[in-house]
Amino acid sequence: MAVSSNRIVRWVDDRLPIFTLMHHSTSAYPTPNNLNYWWNFGSLAGFVLVVMILSGIFLAMNYTPHTAHAFESVERIMRDVNYGWLLRYLHMNGGSMFFALVYIHLFRGMYYGSYKSPREVLWWIGVIIFICMMATAFMGYVLPWGQMSFWGATVITNLFSAVPLVGTEIVTWLWGGFSVDNPTLNRFFSLHYLLPFIIFGLVVVHLWALHTVKSNNPLGIDIKGPQDTIPFHPYYTIKDLYGIGLFLMFYLFFVFFAPNFFGEPDNYIPANPMVTPPHIVPEWYFLPFYAILRAVPDKLSGVVLMFAAILVLFVLPWLDTSKVRSARFRPIYKQLFWIFFLDCLILGWIGAKPPEGAYLVIGRIATVYYFAHFLILLPLTGWFEKPRPLPDSIGAPVITTVKR
Amino acid sequence: MAHSAPSTQVGPGEAKTRRDFLLYATSATGAVGTALALWPFIHSMNPAADVLALSSSDIDLAPVVPGQAITVTWRGKPVFVRHRMPEEITAAQNVDFSTLPDPQKDEERVQKQNWLILVGVCTHLGCVPLGQKTTDPRGAYNGWFCPCHGSHYDTSGRIRKGPAPLNLAVPPYVFTSDTTIRIG
Ligand code: HEM
Ligand code: FES
Repeated sequence: MAVSSNRIVRWVDDRLPIFTLMHHSTSAYPTPNNLNYWWNFGSLAGFVLVVMILSGIFLAMNYTPHTAHAFESVERIMRDVNYGWLLRYLHMNGGSMFFALVYIHLFRGMYYGSYKSPREVLWWIGVIIFICMMATAFMGYVLPWGQMSFWGATVITNLFSAVPLVGTEIVTWLWGGFSVDNPTLNRFFSLHYLLPFIIFGLVVVHLWALHTVKSNNPLGIDIKGPQDTIPFHPYYTIKDLYGIGLFLMFYLFFVFFAPNFFGEPDNYIPANPMVTPPHIVPEWYFLPFYAILRAVPDKLSGVVLMFAAILVLFVLPWLDTSKVRSARFRPIYKQLFWIFFLDCLILGWIGAKPPEGAYLVIGRIATVYYFAHFLILLPLTGWFEKPRPLPDSIGAPVITTVKR
Repeated sequence: MAHSAPSTQVGPGEAKTRRDFLLYATSATGAVGTALALWPFIHSMNPAADVLALSSSDIDLAPVVPGQAITVTWRGKPVFVRHRMPEEITAAQNVDFSTLPDPQKDEERVQKQNWLILVGVCTHLGCVPLGQKTTDPRGAYNGWFCPCHGSHYDTSGRIRKGPAPLNLAVPPYVFTSDTTIRIG
């Protein structure tokens, strides 16, 4: 196939079919013609990943990964480095945006059943990306070496001390010493630099899987033929660009007008290994999982449950026993979805509160519901729910409306 | 492949098993070799020689009066040294220790009754409990209170209430004289 009439392009393409590849994965990629705006969040997340990598590389040019200099080097970035404040605020808020977008992306997948056959592997890669993001953000938050950096690192690495028998050895190994200290900061910087590139690679594989099985769509039914699709370029490239424009307004509002909105004031106090701040909280995007950790009075079970809350996503495609993908045609699942969404918000709220009194009780109920949703409600609903009739094709609902 | 191997030397079936053997042996050697080669990388992340070398601290106890507590650093961690009052010692001894979450007698946790020496790291997730200053909250058992997830420790540093599973650790130490100790 001639990708271009340009002779140079053709010469290169005959030797390395890079233009053919680009053509297949953009302009020629047949995309369902009924995607709504919830399908913008994948490309938005990809955009933010690039922003994170770029701002991060430039931050690293002025950052010093040493316990004696890290805090000051970040303050120097803020005060002395030209536009250093911009780089750092883009990076800091970019982290929050990245999680917000990916959470929406994930809930979109849950609502429209995008994890179901044949998209299980696509879904798995998404979950792996999510886990890598959590590790990256956690280690990035340690780098400025403020009080929250230090104590966040201490509490999270100590989770591994709950492992039976070799817990202490694992934690010592993670730290490279007997407490969170310079060796820890150094390796976290190294890994924080590395992981985003691994995520980038995973995104490529994610898209590879996507282009093999094609996009799901709001109706959750398969593409029946060319009449159901439009080429990605220019239709979705322009729609994604429009989304990026809107998103940038939101993101940059925080960068310029409320740059520390998502942050903790305590992280502007240099790390002090001798004094724990009275109220330590993780970044907002970890709060639901933190709430699950604290809901359990036993250390090991708390840690196990917290990891299980993430890992359960891997088996979601088999826990949901319904053959129908989109919640539009699943009256009961649709309600369960929103209750589950609310449950996650409640867990997030509880994660920010001290674990005592009513908060503890609510946290426990919400934790039980979180797991009940996946392990009990989803399998049962799939068996007992009577789905509404599915349209014959993606085009069918539109065509019938027009005829009437 | 089979047609290229003269049947007088190696039959087709035999060739298969020999090749299989070679394949398995090569894969196994490769796997074991890779596993062995991984170890230096993993072990490089363990505490380095200089980190291990910093592992002991000398402390002068003479200036610490009864009722006072000091915090010293050992292996980058806080170590609590509390000069206990007689009533704190009695409180620690007069507990039916077998009912505690991590049963231990007070006598097993001290070398000299009035000196309580502990690693000041909560055994839950590693925060530093409050209680060193007289103005700090000391929890329901008048020892230490961890603000992170609410663990209460008694005047022997034993866990009494909250998510922490174990008593505050007693670091290895020796009295180098009547008023000095070496930790580590
Ligand atoms: C997946 C993408 C990434 C995420 C989610 C992420 C997240 C974070 C977070 C949450 C912080 C703490 C910000 C603060 O409170 O100050 C941080 C700091 C930092 N990150 Fe990243 N990061 C990413 C990619 C990168 C990359 C690719 C690099 C380097 C090439 C990098 C270099 C840095 C540096 C030097 C800091 C310390 C300076 C600072 O605190 O602002 N990051 N990162
Ligand atoms: S770290 Fe002390 S109670 Fe959790």
